[in-house]
Amino acid sequence: MDHGPNQRSVAARTVRVALVMAVAFVVFGASFGVLAVGAGASVAQACAMSLLVFTGASQMSAVSVIASGGSVASALGGATLLAARNAVYGLALAPEVRGGPLRRAIGAQWVIDETTALVTSEADPASRRTVFWTAAPILYAAWNLGTLLGALAGGAIDPHRFGLDAAFPVMFTAMLAPHLRTRAGRRAALFGGITTVALAPFIPVGLPILVAAFGMLFGLSADGGES
Amino acid sequence: MTWTLVLVLAAIAFGFKVMGAVVIGQRTMPVVLERCLLLIPAALLTGLITKDTFTNGQALTLDARALGLAVAVVATWRRLPFIVVIVLGVGSTALLRTLA
Repeated sequence: MDHGPNQRSVAARTVRVALVMAVAFVVFGASFGVLAVGAGASVAQACAMSLLVFTGASQMSAVSVIASGGSVASALGGATLLAARNAVYGLALAPEVRGGPLRRAIGAQWVIDETTALVTSEADPASRRTVFWTAAPILYAAWNLGTLLGALAGGAIDPHRFGLDAAFPVMFTAMLAPHLRTRAGRRAALFGGITTVALAPFIPVGLPILVAAFGMLFGLSADGGES
Repeated sequence: MTWTLVLVLAAIAFGFKVMGAVVIGQRTMPVVLERCLLLIPAALLTGLITKDTFTNGQALTLDARALGLAVAVVATWRRLPFIVVIVLGVGSTALLRTLA
């Protein structure tokens, strides 16, 4: 039947990686909780947002707009732009999100930056499924636990001081490595990295990262080169 | 902060996810499109890295995060384990902030 990697060892390895990421998720979830309550949300609202929205950048952006006095409409605008990339990730993760309606709904809810990065660094389809369904619930639990703790704690945590705002780019760097093995991957990566910074000052927050996705076309032109 | 914001944003965010993962994604796709999709993470990850390191809203910034990123790049290149990469990257950022 299946001659691919042993799924039990893939799951064990995934648990180890996901637990490390979960620490960052708890801390960032907590800083979201702190910010949300500071912006006038109740603990229930902060927790509902993490449970139902579950996409950190959108949540942070919505809360920061409200905190600086923006309207609900403007908070939704930026958050919507940031949420749009999950549709692109969803395309890449569609094979993992198959099953009955409930399984598809839960799987879709867990399509975010980090699950996409973890899953797409695996080549074999069975391993991709294992990684998704192992890592996603751990990260989801961590994000929501963090939010609850942060919302309850208020302003006692300063993520900045501990360098935790660097945790995401650092994490993404480690996840990027497998994608740089092909020339196409390297070209797509180069396009994505430069575009995002070059456009940041000129277009609304959330849009540059969507433009970066077009790096895939830039990468295609280099196809055929496997080294 | 209102329940309207929470619930509308939840609907929008979930809508995007379902649109990609279920509505569009679960049809058979042309080979070229599949090759494109495989390259998306490379482009998006570097986009997220540079965004999270060198921008603050719409402003370009160069701060302690850049050191953390540089350390992480070297650590990844040296094939150090995931946790070590994270600890070194975050630790060097915190250290620079403490010293500065």
